[in-house]
Amino acid sequence: MAIDRRDFLKATAALGTLGALTGCASLSTARKAGPKVVIVGAGFGGATCARYLKAWDPNIDITLIEANRDFISCPFSNTVLAGMNNLESLTFSYDHLRNIVDSFVQDRVTAIDSVKRRVRTASGLHFDYDRLVLAGGVEFLFDKVPGYTEAAQRTIKHAWKASVEQTGVLRQQLAAIPDGGVFVMSIPRMPFRCPPAPYERACLVANYFKNTKPRAKVIVLDSNPDIVVMKQLFLTAWKKHYGFETANSMIDYRPDNDIHQLDAKKMVVHTNFDDISGDVINIIPPMRAAALTELAGARASDNGHWCPIDYRTFESTIVPNVHVLGDSALSVFPKSGSVANNTGKMCAAALVELLNNRWPDNAPVVTNTCYAASTDHTAFNVAAVFRYDPVAKNMVAELGGSGISKQESELEFSYMESWAKNVWADSLGLPEGYRYTTKF
Amino acid sequence: MKLIAALALLLVSTFCAAAPETLMTHSRVRFMAANCAYCHGPDGKSRGSIPSLAGMDKDYFVSRMKAFRDGTRPNTIMSTHASGYTNAEFAALGAWFATHK
Repeated sequence: MAIDRRDFLKATAALGTLGALTGCASLSTARKAGPKVVIVGAGFGGATCARYLKAWDPNIDITLIEANRDFISCPFSNTVLAGMNNLESLTFSYDHLRNIVDSFVQDRVTAIDSVKRRVRTASGLHFDYDRLVLAGGVEFLFDKVPGYTEAAQRTIKHAWKASVEQTGVLRQQLAAIPDGGVFVMSIPRMPFRCPPAPYERACLVANYFKNTKPRAKVIVLDSNPDIVVMKQLFLTAWKKHYGFETANSMIDYRPDNDIHQLDAKKMVVHTNFDDISGDVINIIPPMRAAALTELAGARASDNGHWCPIDYRTFESTIVPNVHVLGDSALSVFPKSGSVANNTGKMCAAALVELLNNRWPDNAPVVTNTCYAASTDHTAFNVAAVFRYDPVAKNMVAELGGSGISKQESELEFSYMESWAKNVWADSLGLPEGYRYTTKF
Repeated sequence: MKLIAALALLLVSTFCAAAPETLMTHSRVRFMAANCAYCHGPDGKSRGSIPSLAGMDKDYFVSRMKAFRDGTRPNTIMSTHASGYTNAEFAALGAWFATHK
């Protein structure tokens, strides 16, 4: 093997580094492979966690396991239902993320051994970890809605996880609805993923009807006693744009309406008050933390099926070395894309400290921002700044640092678009100059 | 001997204990700045109509944040966010974005 001058220089430089390292007796640690973090789920939480973990400590060995081939954004998928965008424009390749992590595995996790610290997948692979991050989002509880059987699910969509089979099919159903037709949608009790989104969906579907079939209607069956967030903003928008509370209202809002029985064949929903027929029925079922968290034993059954965590690290308070992110976590945060994105970073920051034998930050500050569209060109927001209270061991919304828009505006619609482009880039590592195909 | 070991452990644990709330450690400010990315872009470089923060003058950043908080500069979303931070945090974030271009 010939050695040229450049190789020789590299070799001597390396020797110099070695000499310096032996001085502080950490040679063996320095040369050892980095600590292993396995992240399951590459949504807003898991993808962001992986990206920031690598940026903040390149020595950490990251395996990212994701069941889906592509990332399809749930935020903005209501614009697909309204015919403003197609689903392809909300679909992103994992290629950029693949280049960042040490190992990107497209597979489904089937078992987690939290004692041996080992994860197994459907294709028979296994991965050992020092720290495990579970970012699996939510699991739907179809059996909580009588009649929402597997057969019924073929025609009655939730479109609460964006996909061709869900969002794509519901869009086709809405496109086929006749003028004068009825769209019935049902909202589960809190907590559920993305609290403003059902009310935004009512807005955008009504906006679509207004433009294309003005006699069609939206009936909203809400299991909650009232609109759960930004109530006045939604009510004002419904009145201003969709004739709410007039004889020709395009939106019929019915609080406290639990579904007692779904009849998918007859296309009827039976509630505690009425039997309601729809041309298209959209049922968002109650939900809980992803099934993945149950595999690790991190899902508690006595608190509504979510995963209790330590806010400073997002480590499960039940299973050590297992961290739970995003929608699966039991927390005071709304289950939003913004929170998943930022708590992904928060978990990454804590893991960097823990894996380097330092203490994680004891008083982190973290933010949430949710935009909701009221029409195809106006939007408003709800936002909050949370600060960890080490005494109460809780996240507390800062006084004054929690609020909503005064009114809808076109400016906020453009901010909402900007939020989407930036949160996609931030979570997925999209390069500068990335060309979005979304039409806003 | 045991006492010395215990004392040493106590000292070490006190020394290594988490930074108090007011201390602007590098990792705390780095995370705080990263919080802004979902609206203002990765590394404070926006891909949309929301302004970039990377390379912004520190004093300008701090005065803007104070104006949002005090309501002298009306803007719903930033009024909310600015109201959640202390002056020391404004200064730390301003310094961060000024040096990360």
